[in-house]
Amino acid sequence: MTIKFLPLAMGAALGMAVTAASGATLDDVKAKGFVQCGVSQGLPGFSNPDSAGNWSGLDVDYCRALAAAIFNDGAAVKFTPLSAKERFTALGTGEIDILSRNTTWTMTRDTTLGLNFVGVDYYDGQGFMARKSLGVSSALELSGAAVCTNTGTTTELNVADYFRANNMPYDVVAFEKSDEVVQAYDAGRCDVYTTDAFGLYAQRLKLANPDEHMVLPEIISKEPFGPVVRQGDDEWFNIAKWTLFALVNAEELGVTKANVDEMKSSDNPAIKRLLGIEGSFGETIGLTNDWAYNIIKAVGNYGEVFDANVGPDTPLGISRGLNALWSKGGIMYAPPIR
Amino acid sequence: MAIQEHSATEKPSRGSLLHDPWVRGLFYQVVVVGLVVALGWEIISNTMANLARQNIASGFDFLDYTAGFGIIQALVHYTETSSYGRALYVGFLNTVLVAAIGVLFATILGFIAGVARLSSNWIIAKLAYLYVEILRNIPLLLQIFFWYFAVLRSVPSPRNSVTFLESIFINNRGIYTPRAIFQEGGTLIGAAFLIGIVGSIVLHMWARKRQEETGQPFPSVLSALGLIIGLPVIAFFVTGMPVTVEYPVLRGFNFVGGLKLTPEFVALVLALSIYTASFIAEIVRAGILAVSHGQTEAANALGLRPRPTLRLVVIPQAMRVIIPPLTSQYLNLTKNSSLAVAIAYPDLVSVGGTVLNQTGQAIEVVGVWMLIYLSLSLTTSAFMNWYNQRMALVER
Repeated sequence: MTIKFLPLAMGAALGMAVTAASGATLDDVKAKGFVQCGVSQGLPGFSNPDSAGNWSGLDVDYCRALAAAIFNDGAAVKFTPLSAKERFTALGTGEIDILSRNTTWTMTRDTTLGLNFVGVDYYDGQGFMARKSLGVSSALELSGAAVCTNTGTTTELNVADYFRANNMPYDVVAFEKSDEVVQAYDAGRCDVYTTDAFGLYAQRLKLANPDEHMVLPEIISKEPFGPVVRQGDDEWFNIAKWTLFALVNAEELGVTKANVDEMKSSDNPAIKRLLGIEGSFGETIGLTNDWAYNIIKAVGNYGEVFDANVGPDTPLGISRGLNALWSKGGIMYAPPIR
Repeated sequence: MAIQEHSATEKPSRGSLLHDPWVRGLFYQVVVVGLVVALGWEIISNTMANLARQNIASGFDFLDYTAGFGIIQALVHYTETSSYGRALYVGFLNTVLVAAIGVLFATILGFIAGVARLSSNWIIAKLAYLYVEILRNIPLLLQIFFWYFAVLRSVPSPRNSVTFLESIFINNRGIYTPRAIFQEGGTLIGAAFLIGIVGSIVLHMWARKRQEETGQPFPSVLSALGLIIGLPVIAFFVTGMPVTVEYPVLRGFNFVGGLKLTPEFVALVLALSIYTASFIAEIVRAGILAVSHGQTEAANALGLRPRPTLRLVVIPQAMRVIIPPLTSQYLNLTKNSSLAVAIAYPDLVSVGGTVLNQTGQAIEVVGVWMLIYLSLSLTTSAFMNWYNQRMALVER
């Protein structure tokens, strides 16, 4: 008797729910009535809680879009703040349904962790910040420098690769949390601070005298961020993928949060298909045909999400750059809905 | 065990096996052990099955893969091309280093503060009291941050280093001192040093025996110092001074060469030893107070002077009270050193975290962490238990 009970007890104790990888994430999500979304512990512009506990940011809006596609309600989502170390375990054990946490898509992560990357919702790269008084204009002049960074991220590897490739000695000082990295850099422990470029702009605002610091021009790595789902549930994978594509396609077709209702009467067949007037694309992924309409109604298109959270009018002030549409000089591209 | 021994001597027979206390005891013990083993097996097999079902790679193959990241402080040779296993080894050595030095300083400081609390000098006693009460009541992590940022903010940048004798430099990148590099023949000096240590131990044993037999004391401490320092010095000159000194030099952003203590290491050792010493001080005070005053009076009556009284009568008895709780403090210090990750000291947890994130082998890395901390703690315990037995009261 005891022995029969044990597997269940252990499964529960280890948090490895039996449904975790059985391919029924959508059913689970519908049954509980909300999407459980893994986000960062606080990263302005991407996923950041305000004093009332309301989350905002680009990664957060993606989860709201996903919730809107399923429930026609962008608020039907709960957020789980995760550290860099916890994130993949939380997804693998079924604690969260989707991970949207500025996570770099790499081959190791895609192939050995039992995960699937949905796509790319932000193209970034790693950069350096240094004091202007140091008199450095390029990262190639950093030979012998002390470099502050975070532990447990791809940045540690990138900086090692970069200095090795250019045959420059360096000292890496790696902290657990970003706050201590910034404090230590500000206290002069390091000559340069390195992390993903958006992070440099965000953290520079926290320094005592932001104007005394500059971001060096070199970008030393490719950091494509994207949402992540568990491997083995193709239905859920498709929903996550096409939610992202719907955001990008909407921008390309000029459909915005404001004009989405009048766009319903558009003559453009691509818009008709997107908004579910023609075809039954929503049903093919297990949703209703107005799924994309609901997404745009809830959060807007990709461009609107970008501008609202990290764009030039926000404190981060990041220009579109690589994240502009493919038709506007960037590389943001989505397969067509047809 | 207890039940077995008991029954072996008395053997109460009840006729039926069902009512035999020995059989019943054995049965319950077998059941309990069986349950524990079954539970452990379930956990392991369930985890393995789940990992396999989720297509997560498992096993320890990753230890041989190239690490690819840098570590600021390595006691053994380490580069980015070394393996993950090597990286973990470097982290392990860094943990042992900070724990060993922390234990040393904490013990010295703790004994001084503990004795000072019992001082008849009012100021010294009150200062020690303040030290203990303040330091042991502030969370350790805050103290680590305090020392780290206090140290960092108060020292200058490398270009404005504080300099001693043109060879020792202190700045916010660390403390740089000249380093001795042994050339050929250097091993002879090391050998002389070892011979000095072994010789001192032998000499001490001989001196002890002679004192027990004849009652004549021998200055074994002084002669030991002479052996340990004198022999290497003689070897140094005999081999023709095969040592060059490497001085730190400011090149580019930072100093190059010499011996370097990072601010992270200094802050961590300071915080760990000062915090733990406040607990050790109380343990030492308790130990000394536990020796009844009659012992001192008896020693005085026998004509022993104050120093031998302390050394031969009070301290040996106090140690019996001090050692067991002292062991706990040593273990705490070792485990607390894992807070190093907060201030970028590359200890086992910090390095392991990077390995974990890059390979995704969470269960394996956490297993390695637990195994190593457990071994470190058990080793410390075993040593202290051995020492405790040696110090224990020998009844004659």
